[in-house]
Amino acid sequence: MYPSIHPSIHLSTLTSISSSPVIIYVHLAVQQLQTLCFLANFPLAKMAAQEVQPSETIAKLKSESEALKTKLEEERAKLHDVELHQVAEKVDPLGQFVMKTRRTLKGHGNKVLCMDWCKDKRRIVSSSQDGKVIVWDAFTTNKEHAVTMPCTWVMACAYAPSGCAVACGGLDNKCSVYPLSLDKNENLAAKKKSVAMHTNYLSACSFTNSDMQILTSSGDGTCALWDVESGQLLQSFHGHAADVLCLDLAPSETGNTFVSGGCDKKANVWDMRSGQCIQSFETHESDINSVRYYPSGDAFASGSDDATCRLYDLRADREVAIYSKESIIFGASSVDFSLSGRLLFGGYNDYTINVWDVLKGTRVSILFGHENRVSTLRVSPDGTAFCSGSWDHTLRVRE
Amino acid sequence: MSSKKQSSNNIAQARRIVQQLRIEANIERIKVSKASADLMHYCGEHAKYDPLLMGIPASENPFKDKKPCIIL
Repeated sequence: MYPSIHPSIHLSTLTSISSSPVIIYVHLAVQQLQTLCFLANFPLAKMAAQEVQPSETIAKLKSESEALKTKLEEERAKLHDVELHQVAEKVDPLGQFVMKTRRTLKGHGNKVLCMDWCKDKRRIVSSSQDGKVIVWDAFTTNKEHAVTMPCTWVMACAYAPSGCAVACGGLDNKCSVYPLSLDKNENLAAKKKSVAMHTNYLSACSFTNSDMQILTSSGDGTCALWDVESGQLLQSFHGHAADVLCLDLAPSETGNTFVSGGCDKKANVWDMRSGQCIQSFETHESDINSVRYYPSGDAFASGSDDATCRLYDLRADREVAIYSKESIIFGASSVDFSLSGRLLFGGYNDYTINVWDVLKGTRVSILFGHENRVSTLRVSPDGTAFCSGSWDHTLRVRE
Repeated sequence: MSSKKQSSNNIAQARRIVQQLRIEANIERIKVSKASADLMHYCGEHAKYDPLLMGIPASENPFKDKKPCIIL
């Protein structure tokens, strides 16, 4: 008398997954629902059909999301025909690397937390736990500017593309921009401009292609794009389930994407205009401390507390390499590529810097010198040197 | 009353997750072999311009310690 009930297509994909109480429950619930719908002529049945329990809809959505996740993995696996290091076997191996420390920048009174190069390839801005932000000339090791922030743990600092300003922030939950004046006597703190406001600590900040916009990430789980002049929020990026620890802008001039990494072990790629998360990668086993785009913009590397660095290709939409060794058990705090993308520098919490061959997946060098964990590492804009900052209060420029 | 609001929040969240997954599942992907080949090609093309890889002559190195001048 009742028409036979055919399970919907999406249910049939579910049954192919190992059974669970939820799936059986949903199956029965949907059958019930379909029965009720067929009896919709009767107002009573109609009312009953409308009073669907919210938990049933959630279960349906949850099972659909599980099905989609499986589909995503299957699609990614289909294209996984070879490993990067296998393809790279025909590339010449790299020789021995000797990198010496050329400059040691001393002057911070406490742990150095972040640093950034100026586009002029010689100036560096660094920030530390004691609230000091210092601008150095890396060639001469002179300190050109120093600012004391009203908060401690200044975890983020960035140089403006023009070289005329620096941005920094930390436990004050804000990102402030300081225009750098040529007059040494001028009090920089007087000209300070508060740009970003978050509800938790600022973990990273970066100017976009101009001095006019700043991208920030925060412990409140969001990233945000701000207009420097007005302090207005232009776009916010929601999707991380925990603190966002790092971000990096795509290198292309026309590119409008950036990648962020967080304590939820996910690295998300975002479209800056729409605020949409366009790709997401979750293979790390712990917090992602640092993300950096490959120079071509087609891939990015990440460093994590799980003691590995990983390379993710954006067009293949998957992880393509892991840089790890059994002897490395401390987390990687920061990563950066050399100019050609062949070398990946990783600063670790065991006070060392490991240099990896990006294509072959092997370590080519290990650098010592810091007396405490390496917290930040950046290659200079022209690729001639790289600078590392550490909890031992110093920065070292090496090449 | 509040439990109804909470459940509708949960539904909204679950809907967002499903929508996000739908977007991610439908993007265009290329094979790892092609992606790897492109990465290798980029490295090869730019290796000669990479100072950290190739090393730079001391005369052009801005960080090299300059020896003091001796006036004869």
